[in-house]
Amino acid sequence: MHTASSRKNILIAGGVAALAVLGAAVVAPSDGYYLNIMMQAATYTIAVAGLVIVLGYCGQIALCQAAFLGIGAYCVALGTVDYGLPFFVALAIGVVVSGVTGIFLGFATLRLGGHYLAMVTIGFQMIVTMVLTNWIGFTHGPDGIPGIPRPSLGLVDLKGGSVYLGLCLVVLVAVTVYAALLKQSRLGRAMQAVRDNEIAASTCGINIFRTKTVAFGICAALGGLGGGLFAGAFSYISPDQFTFNEAIVLLTMALLGGVESAIGAVIGTILLVLLPEWLRFLRQAYLAVYGGAVIAIMIFMPRGVWGLVVGRFVKSRPLSDDATAPLPLLARTGEVSDTIVLDVTGLAKHFGGLKAVDGVDLAVRKGSVHALIGPNGSGKTTMLNVITGLYVATAGRVRLGGRDITELPPHDRNRLGMCRTYQNIRVFRGLTVLENVVIGAERAGNDVSGTDATVERAIAALDFVGLRQVAHLPVGDLPYGHQRYVEIARALAGSPEILLLDEPAAGLNLTEKGEMAALLKRLKGHGTTIVIIDHDMRLIEKVADHITVLNFGRRIADGDPRSVFKHPEVVAAYLGEARHEAA
Amino acid sequence: MSMLPQLLFTGVSIGSIYALVALGFVLLIRSANIVNFAQGEFSMMGAYFMVILFAGLGLPYALALVLAVVLMTVFGVAFAWITYWPLRDRGQVPVIISTIGASILLANLILATYGPSPQVLPGLFDGTGFLVGNVFMDSQYLSIIVITVVLVALQYLVFEKTMVGKKLQATSQDREMAALLGIPVVAMIFGTFAYSAALGGLAGILVAPILYVSVGIGAMIGVKAFAANIIGGFGSIPGAICGGFIIGIVETLGAAYISVPYKDAFAFVMLIVVLLVRPQGLFGERIAEKA
Repeated sequence: MHTASSRKNILIAGGVAALAVLGAAVVAPSDGYYLNIMMQAATYTIAVAGLVIVLGYCGQIALCQAAFLGIGAYCVALGTVDYGLPFFVALAIGVVVSGVTGIFLGFATLRLGGHYLAMVTIGFQMIVTMVLTNWIGFTHGPDGIPGIPRPSLGLVDLKGGSVYLGLCLVVLVAVTVYAALLKQSRLGRAMQAVRDNEIAASTCGINIFRTKTVAFGICAALGGLGGGLFAGAFSYISPDQFTFNEAIVLLTMALLGGVESAIGAVIGTILLVLLPEWLRFLRQAYLAVYGGAVIAIMIFMPRGVWGLVVGRFVKSRPLSDDATAPLPLLARTGEVSDTIVLDVTGLAKHFGGLKAVDGVDLAVRKGSVHALIGPNGSGKTTMLNVITGLYVATAGRVRLGGRDITELPPHDRNRLGMCRTYQNIRVFRGLTVLENVVIGAERAGNDVSGTDATVERAIAALDFVGLRQVAHLPVGDLPYGHQRYVEIARALAGSPEILLLDEPAAGLNLTEKGEMAALLKRLKGHGTTIVIIDHDMRLIEKVADHITVLNFGRRIADGDPRSVFKHPEVVAAYLGEARHEAA
Repeated sequence: MSMLPQLLFTGVSIGSIYALVALGFVLLIRSANIVNFAQGEFSMMGAYFMVILFAGLGLPYALALVLAVVLMTVFGVAFAWITYWPLRDRGQVPVIISTIGASILLANLILATYGPSPQVLPGLFDGTGFLVGNVFMDSQYLSIIVITVVLVALQYLVFEKTMVGKKLQATSQDREMAALLGIPVVAMIFGTFAYSAALGGLAGILVAPILYVSVGIGAMIGVKAFAANIIGGFGSIPGAICGGFIIGIVETLGAAYISVPYKDAFAFVMLIVVLLVRPQGLFGERIAEKA
């Protein structure tokens, strides 16, 4: 639907822009100073677009973009000058070497929190400068490399300044288009989901580690591309052009322009390439100004210049009322079968000496609503976290549809059909309601996964929970209760084999609780297998086919609601209140 | 191999500096879950306060030292107020970026004021040192080790045995819950910044006679303190200290036996190896975010 059309719009805009810049570069007066400024801006912007992807899309801080710029530049310089390679071959080598280095660094650090990448990249940046300066036999050392040639492309000679600038600008437009397309792609959405909420991303089937590593690899490759073109532009390079200070300048460019879009990269770079000309009177202190600017931007303008423009002038439109194919589950009727979908045996989770869950069995039948109840701290949520793979089980097995999933990471469990919601709502705050739900529809095991039909499926899920009217809004703009429905729609869009709901009615008022009960009944009526945790016994009583009661990490009762509520241990655990409520 | 004991002595001493800075780093992680990228610049600021007070104003060394450390606590609070407080509810990444900005700002303000040429500060004692066996005990190196040991022991007592320490740990683990329990969370966080800055500043003053006082000192020490944290196990206090010592020793030996120009690269190589082989570090990382 609308993804295809917006993709086409981006490509058309990109094509027009490429022709325009090419024309402008060739026709415009080619004064040396103007050319230099333009070439610096164009090549830097390509590298800054890499930062937009890793920081803006994926939320990871990389502080070595100048190093990748340097790797690209030195590959072109050494390749053409010392080893006689054709320019474009050397450029390709630069891109590949940068990208592979990025993936290696990411592989080493991104399994852990974002701050690891930030610090490791500072170290890497310092080392690259060290090697460029000290390994004189290979890099020519501090003197740098002069006489880097510019290429020809077939019969077209690109050696002239304005023609070469045209090449840089066309590449820049291509990179900008790529970044815009990426943002709307499945990979780009996965990156943004990782940025906004890693835990929810993992249970939505996103391989966090791989997504972050790929983002950083792309960032590094774009750094190398920008650097290679930079070497051709200036025909002379030296180590001091690729230091930590330059890395900071590049980061500031991205932050100033706005890290959400490659257009921000263009704006930020142009401003900061021109700014030193105006700030020349500050001499040494201009980097101090950059440092102060970084703090000020974070506090007062976190979305950058382009973010301000978008926020002010671009208004998203509500979705049309076009009919969409309804959720597949609506074609089913509710019936509890004897097939066990989720089979948990002897599950234990210990935190040091604390036995949060201690040898619990749970058998969830297909089509049933299975409630997991118990006093606060009885281990219900921990149980859900172990079942969905967020915690590693201390002992016991978890089987889904007969398959042992105890050792699988969360995203693989999701692929096999496990979807969940959270007690403390975990939505992707940087995305719209629709985008949140599309991520759910992109679940690897889903029938529409990998096609454009994911959008339609997401809209159908929003229709089911009644949120189509607000689909275009940022999810953070919705009231609390509606965000819960977004989470449920996100799970439903993935056509789950089993849906795990962690306190869906928590924090809702009485009317909203009634609506939630109605929604759960509808789901049950269409045969959705559900595991639900909640403290509201009225709600549980209305929907549950089967109840398991936990207390102090152990199962104290298990059976149909009638017998469970009469169980003496359950009554004792709830101090008699449960019997009263259930009566 | 007769150089080895001497090199170990030097390595432990340099490692003490990294350990002190790493300690300040860990405290901020533990009290407020803040990863402070300007930690190295705390050391740089400490050393430059000393340059101003001692070399500039001509105060007696001891008085200048005390004043510099006191100034660092004030500086720490101001630092927190500007770089952390406005961003406290926006998650980790904006605060990290803001502290990166602060580190650039500080280093380049100093650069603009003092220029790139290093300043010289004298050591704590006039005497140069003495021989034990064939190891020359340089007085500055030795005092660094002694002061570090004393500070580490003190801090261990405070953190593990007193109510203040328990409150700090509670603040780090769950700020809202701690506030509900009546812990003055804001004071805890600002206090940690003040202490962390003082610790870093003191490390900078101690190491100044050995490394010279220059602008690059901050980033270099900061990166190694961070590496010390990862090698020891992120957020672990014993880990930070051990990691500091390990880096100090490895890079001293590396510079002596392998290569001087690449001295600063050894910590990084070790960091990558640890991340690949044992990412949780020697002492293991704290429990991850609650789902």
